[in-house]
Amino acid sequence: MALLDTPRPSTRLRDRAIRVVEAATTPLLPADYLDLFAPLRSGADLRGRIVSVHPETADAATIVIRPGADWAGHVPGQYLRIGIDVDGVREWRAYSLTHGPRADGNISITVKGVPGGKVSNHLVHDSRPGTLIHLEQATGDFVLPERLTARTKLLFVTAGSGVTPVVGMLRNLFPVTDEGVLMFGSRRRATDEQPLDITVVHVAPSRPESIFIDNLHELHEAGAINLVDRYDDVHGFLDVARLEELVPDLAERTTYACGPAGLLDALATHHEERGLELFTEQFRPVVISSGEGGTVTLEKSGVSLELDGATTILDAAENAGVLMPSGCRMGICMGCVLPMREGAVRDLRNGEITTATPGETNTGGVPIQTCISAAAGPCHIDH
Amino acid sequence: MTTITRKDTNPTAHLTEADIEQIGVELDAIRQDVIDSRGASDAAYIRKVVDVQRKLELGSRAVLLASIFPPAWIAGTVGLSVAKILENMEIGHNVMHGQWDWMRDPKIHSTTWEWDNASTAEGWKHSHNQVHHTYTNIVGKDNDLGYGIMRVDEDQRWSPFLLGQPLWNFINACFFEYGIAAYDLELGKNLRVPKEKRSDAFKRNAKNTLKKIRRQATKDYVVHPALSIPTGSFLPTLAANFTANLVRNLWTHSVIMCGHFPEGVETFEKKSIPADETRGQWYVRQMLGSANISGSKPMHLMTGNLSFQIEHHLFPDLPSNRYSEVAPRVKALFDKYELNYHSASLPRQVGSAWHKIVRLSLPNGWLEQTNVKNAPKQVALLYKLSSGGPKVRRAYDAAQRRAENQKRAAAA
Repeated sequence: MALLDTPRPSTRLRDRAIRVVEAATTPLLPADYLDLFAPLRSGADLRGRIVSVHPETADAATIVIRPGADWAGHVPGQYLRIGIDVDGVREWRAYSLTHGPRADGNISITVKGVPGGKVSNHLVHDSRPGTLIHLEQATGDFVLPERLTARTKLLFVTAGSGVTPVVGMLRNLFPVTDEGVLMFGSRRRATDEQPLDITVVHVAPSRPESIFIDNLHELHEAGAINLVDRYDDVHGFLDVARLEELVPDLAERTTYACGPAGLLDALATHHEERGLELFTEQFRPVVISSGEGGTVTLEKSGVSLELDGATTILDAAENAGVLMPSGCRMGICMGCVLPMREGAVRDLRNGEITTATPGETNTGGVPIQTCISAAAGPCHIDH
Repeated sequence: MTTITRKDTNPTAHLTEADIEQIGVELDAIRQDVIDSRGASDAAYIRKVVDVQRKLELGSRAVLLASIFPPAWIAGTVGLSVAKILENMEIGHNVMHGQWDWMRDPKIHSTTWEWDNASTAEGWKHSHNQVHHTYTNIVGKDNDLGYGIMRVDEDQRWSPFLLGQPLWNFINACFFEYGIAAYDLELGKNLRVPKEKRSDAFKRNAKNTLKKIRRQATKDYVVHPALSIPTGSFLPTLAANFTANLVRNLWTHSVIMCGHFPEGVETFEKKSIPADETRGQWYVRQMLGSANISGSKPMHLMTGNLSFQIEHHLFPDLPSNRYSEVAPRVKALFDKYELNYHSASLPRQVGSAWHKIVRLSLPNGWLEQTNVKNAPKQVALLYKLSSGGPKVRRAYDAAQRRAENQKRAAAA
């Protein structure tokens, strides 16, 4: 298409103007200055500002965020990665969105403080409205089919904070207003006058620790869902083999489950044996633990090294014939810094451990100094 | 200064090997305390400085759009000078040292930062972070000792070219950013290599530096003056930007001279440094090879906390806002091990550094031995040393050393 090859005069003019502005701000970019005044503008790196923090339980809170102009929206059930500075250090975590698309354009996540969890506890207890955070676009395929009909019978199995993506879906299906749960408000419902048939099996250690349990009960009382809540302290641990006792028509339902790995694995086995359909969502799939030494994989070089806990990654890689960036070789010049995508290393000067958990780092990984770092577990380095 | 191993009394002679290792342990402990307490307030500090610097620069450049009016010219030039100094010293230099890498903010990180200077971040990180900070004050290894155009140590050989070094130093001060760019490229050394034999790395770095210089110059001397045309301020803005660069160059040059050049700062012989120098030995070299500037808080900020040069050289990767906090502990360690903590006011350190540059522009011992009576004879000697070849100068140096040894023997 010849027409497309010649840019319109207005585009050319704009490109030229951008080049002038860039020449005026070098070595920085115009964006570096615009970010001072309008960090949420269109064209900026995607960020958000915390609007409010609502406690849900003693150790959980819902955080409402105003996303930047380039937020592309989400489908209920999806999650997003947020980057927030905790004690001055940028940390990234993934959280489910707990609302459908909202009229005010804001998004919300609900976070449960994990024992010892740096980010979750910061978000629940110490995050403040007005704080600027970093976002990535929503992602994930733990979503309901595009078209729901009355013949689709659903079962949600949620454990602990696994309820969060499911609440996002339910709130989207059944908006709650001052008059109560809207049974006929959903667009999907309008195409089909039959009510949806949804059972929710919710498992938690105890009722007071259950996030959104009141919302689930509201939905139950309004007849929107059939809620089966099981608490470890009252009913004992849920035995997946006995799920059919709680949900007699289990075989007719499509199951969506979200919770810890143990439960999801048991469900997967259970459903596979019976040939039932199962969609799952799991939080924190990888846990990086640190030890002494490990296999270091230099991804681009295609080299794997078995290292002890006392040899620096730089020395070992060079001995294996890999051309590595290097400098002072004593940890002061930052000439050897490479991104670690996954793994754990030990700073040989003071024993400090640095870990990179996939999904919990900047895109690209955590930059480490290879000249003073020894493997403290299997490591994947982008080099 | 003569390297410590060639002096009458080596200032480290009283330290045992165990002392030196203990110094290393104690300094590591200070470093660890800062690392353990690094946090949100430090992050807030650097973000605040970046924020203020950028707004100051924007505001100053905006005011300079009307620089035809003298008050605007003055306010804009002062603001831009301060902004450029902050950018180079407290922000650029320190970010490129990795002092803020721990925040894991890709926008304030040693691997991504580019500064408002003719030299490229990559070139600077090599010559400064790697070479200068590792081989600090080792004659023949640390090119910062005179930047290759001056001699700042008795153990560096004198040549007639150095008679002009006070002038070279002043010119370097005025155009310091270009001096640094040339220095990072090791331009002198590399230009002596025939063109076809120059390394690919040099060619690549030279190309990047030229590109950077072109962009920097276009910004300050074309784009911003052109934007001022509507008020008829093209030339005033150009002059303002030139002045701001000049002020920044003179200031940074003076501060950096104070770090290692004042009289009394120790230097080291290449052969005296063991190949397997321990962490303790490296620390002691940094302790004796650096000098602090005493002064007020704003002064420390404007020097990028390089006024805490000793602390910076001990802990180049700790956040600069913490140097003032650890300084008393570092000073106490100096006192405990009877080492000289070199600190003085800015005028005194600048004066001392200039004094050394003038003194060493002349052959060793020449200034000290010259008085009114023997002046004509000394001038004749200087002429002979200047016009004679290296042989004549080596003979003079040998005679000087012999005389000194005799004096030392007599004193003993």
